[in-house]
Amino acid sequence: MHLLNKESGGHGLQPAALNQASSAPKILAHGQLPPPSMDHLDELEAQSIYILREAFARLKKLALLWSLGKDSNVMIWLARKAFFGRVPFPALHVDTGKKFAEMYAFRDRFGKEWELDLKIEPCPPIDAVDPTLPPAARSAARKTEGLKWALTKYGFDGLIAGIRRDEEATRAKERVFSPRGLEGGWDVRDQPPEFWDHFNASPPQGAHLRIHPILHWTEADIWAYTKRENIPIIPLYLSKDGKRYRSLGDQDITNPVASTASSIDEILTELDGTKVPERAGRALDHETEDAFERLRVAGYL
Amino acid sequence: MNMILPSSVLATPNGTTRPQIRIVIVGHVDHGKSTLVGRLLHETGSLPEGKLEMLKAVSARRGMPFEWSFLLDALQTERDQGITIDTTQIRFRTRSRDVVLIDAPGHAEFLRNMITGASQADGAVLIIDALEGVRDQTRRHGYLLHLLGIKQVAVVVNKMDRVDFSADRFKEISDEISSHLTGLGVTPSAVIPISARDGDGVAERTPRISWYQGPSVVEALDALEPARPLEQLALRLPVQAIYKFDDRRIVAGRIESGSLSAGDEIVIMPAGKIAKIKTVESWPVTPVNGSHGAGRSVGITLDRELFIERGDVIAHAGATPRDTRRIRARIFWLHDKPLAKGEQILIRLGTRESRAHVVAIEKAIDPGELSNEETKSIARNHVGEIDISLAQPVAADPYQDNPRTGRLVIEVNGRIAGGGLVLSVDAGQRAVPIDIVPVESALRPEERSARYRHNGAVIWLTGLPGSGKSTLARALERRLFGNGGSPILLDGDTLRAGLNGDLGFSAQDRTENIRRLAEVATHLARNGHIAIVAAVSPSADDRAAARRIADAAFREIYVATPAEICESRDPKGHYAKARAGTLQSFTGIGNDYQPPTQSELRIDTSSGSVADATDTIERMLAETGVLFDELVDLAANI
Repeated sequence: MHLLNKESGGHGLQPAALNQASSAPKILAHGQLPPPSMDHLDELEAQSIYILREAFARLKKLALLWSLGKDSNVMIWLARKAFFGRVPFPALHVDTGKKFAEMYAFRDRFGKEWELDLKIEPCPPIDAVDPTLPPAARSAARKTEGLKWALTKYGFDGLIAGIRRDEEATRAKERVFSPRGLEGGWDVRDQPPEFWDHFNASPPQGAHLRIHPILHWTEADIWAYTKRENIPIIPLYLSKDGKRYRSLGDQDITNPVASTASSIDEILTELDGTKVPERAGRALDHETEDAFERLRVAGYL
Repeated sequence: MNMILPSSVLATPNGTTRPQIRIVIVGHVDHGKSTLVGRLLHETGSLPEGKLEMLKAVSARRGMPFEWSFLLDALQTERDQGITIDTTQIRFRTRSRDVVLIDAPGHAEFLRNMITGASQADGAVLIIDALEGVRDQTRRHGYLLHLLGIKQVAVVVNKMDRVDFSADRFKEISDEISSHLTGLGVTPSAVIPISARDGDGVAERTPRISWYQGPSVVEALDALEPARPLEQLALRLPVQAIYKFDDRRIVAGRIESGSLSAGDEIVIMPAGKIAKIKTVESWPVTPVNGSHGAGRSVGITLDRELFIERGDVIAHAGATPRDTRRIRARIFWLHDKPLAKGEQILIRLGTRESRAHVVAIEKAIDPGELSNEETKSIARNHVGEIDISLAQPVAADPYQDNPRTGRLVIEVNGRIAGGGLVLSVDAGQRAVPIDIVPVESALRPEERSARYRHNGAVIWLTGLPGSGKSTLARALERRLFGNGGSPILLDGDTLRAGLNGDLGFSAQDRTENIRRLAEVATHLARNGHIAIVAAVSPSADDRAAARRIADAAFREIYVATPAEICESRDPKGHYAKARAGTLQSFTGIGNDYQPPTQSELRIDTSSGSVADATDTIERMLAETGVLFDELVDLAANI
């Protein structure tokens, strides 16, 4: 199970690392490794796989939202584990057209290498978005609109999204299976109970569910797992000229943070000492007290 | 305070080897849960930089005094109302572990959210206002912790500053809550006097509570144990799905308890099918050796093709869950509409879902009041014990035997409406509708066997069409009757003309046909008769089901006449019609007959006479205790 663990180190996008990761052996010789007893990452992984399989068993038309970032890459990796190598539903990239060039390169390459059924959906022009939102939030809200378009186009009843509770206070309140209204809205005041890994998976006709298989992971968990499994990453996450991106969004509303971390190990050490929130570089989180919450209620991730 | 270390001291930067414990904070609304969480974050140095200052600024802007609870009440709606609506999770570290604090709402309105939060916890902190004392929601939350199976509970008595840090007041509350919790089977690990606002008792014992000798809140949290994996219990692997993405047929699920390895003999419940684990599949490395324990999400392949579906539970032979259609459960109810006797519901137990109805309701109470016992319905936010009759058999354990497979949720209109613990299951019994009262026979079984000189039995003749089942059955019937016994022939085709006239030849209908045959035959056997069933019964699973129904009375005889001889006999002309294409779904010329592997007897009628075959059967019946030994002697006297 953990073959890729061997000295994988924190090399992000060095060609060698990429080749190693992408040519992951399909089938190896019978049982070379006795599975170790479960550690923290094993537990997170097992829980996420359970959630992904529940989603696949209980919904009719699923898609996985691939934002190209570290979290959704881990999510794709988990889906490949859950379904023994290949993701059995489309990966949907709602494209604002304003991502970094490195992100598009990553998408084009790994969309193929991971044999994803990749669907790329554009977002509407900025004029179509609520003009009362602050500028960055308005820009991000384009993505919500793009998502609604894609939902209408394909009729998905479940969207798998890589949000985490530790990212942001409103996300901490999320359910694993989170019902959305007909307009894609999130009624945070009337969330159904969810316990013992039993999920509410019956969205009303025309509505859809958000499924959050890595809700219980932390930023450090994502990096530790990325390293252990040798999952390729976009090099923007690693320090260059004293700065790196902790979180990747649209080019015009995402800023790098001061950092010298140039490997995953160094990122983990850095995270261990920091008290700066992960989304500090995301402009839209800081415009007003409630801008992010308004976005989420309207259907933003 | 001294429990907290600067994070740079930590040996493992990513926390992967540090134990993680999840703790829920519950209690009556306004007793100070969010304040305690805010204070804990501050005391453990876990606040994001600038957060405290930001919130103080927000408070000032709104003209309100700063409250620790603002840290958590991140949603606009919550700030407006001043109460926690939904669960929030906050992380911090102590010396020995990572702690995830789950702040659950105390307002009765949001009990469903309290349960959502608390169900994820390894331990709980129950908070009580020193001034107000134990309130209805305190009791309710205590009761729900018990129902959620949370055994580790620390109690904090908050707002001690409001009662001048009175040791007497503290003892009064401590005694009351301790006796309430102990009565529920939950022994509090500590009862701690604190002032969350001022910090007393949270990270250290201040002079104002010098009379208190127990642990601080941080110390008490450090003493709670992470949930133990359930590897010591018997294997339970609820099936999530069967995947056929390539030439492998992978049975996927998460091991809820116990462990498994390739080569294990397993039983698939509730049907009781037996197989062996061929491989444990994984990705990117596959297959994998060794033992896989509780908590793992796995995929296995089996050594034989069996019908297996989502909801089945895989267990080891000899340690299986019960199969049942009747469950007694202690539940909490969250739906607006009370749960009433007779109501149709949907049950989820593991990955199985089944329609069900509520046969009876007992001991319904408001756990906040603990009085006014109801027996007609369970109101919202109340608890009670119910008897459930399921539309199909399910595999279940009582929760004392297995906490994971001994709990269920109830769904109404596609939304989770309640949940609870399985108190007991009626093993292997059919659900008896409440208004049916089975009348027992006036005769005792011994009276009949004394007359017939045999015990009741089900003789099940299986084999291809034309193999000689009916001929043998008739000869056996004649022989037993001639010996003074009471044989009754149940021929598959004959019953299809009447009792089973509504059934066709689909797999489902065949299964139902066999079930009815088995039920009728078993009824006759229980009343001392020997029921002789002659039926092709091609499915091994269906025959296994028949054996389970008849249990010890079942004797299977495989009429193993070679297929070409059967076809050449063709007594009913079916082979000819099937070859001509005018008879669909005919067992015989396809490969759909699954021969028995462990029948009591195997007879090939292509060699030997009918009389010889009948002798052989009679001998088997005598050897296996159906016919009384002295039968032979009796016959000699005639």
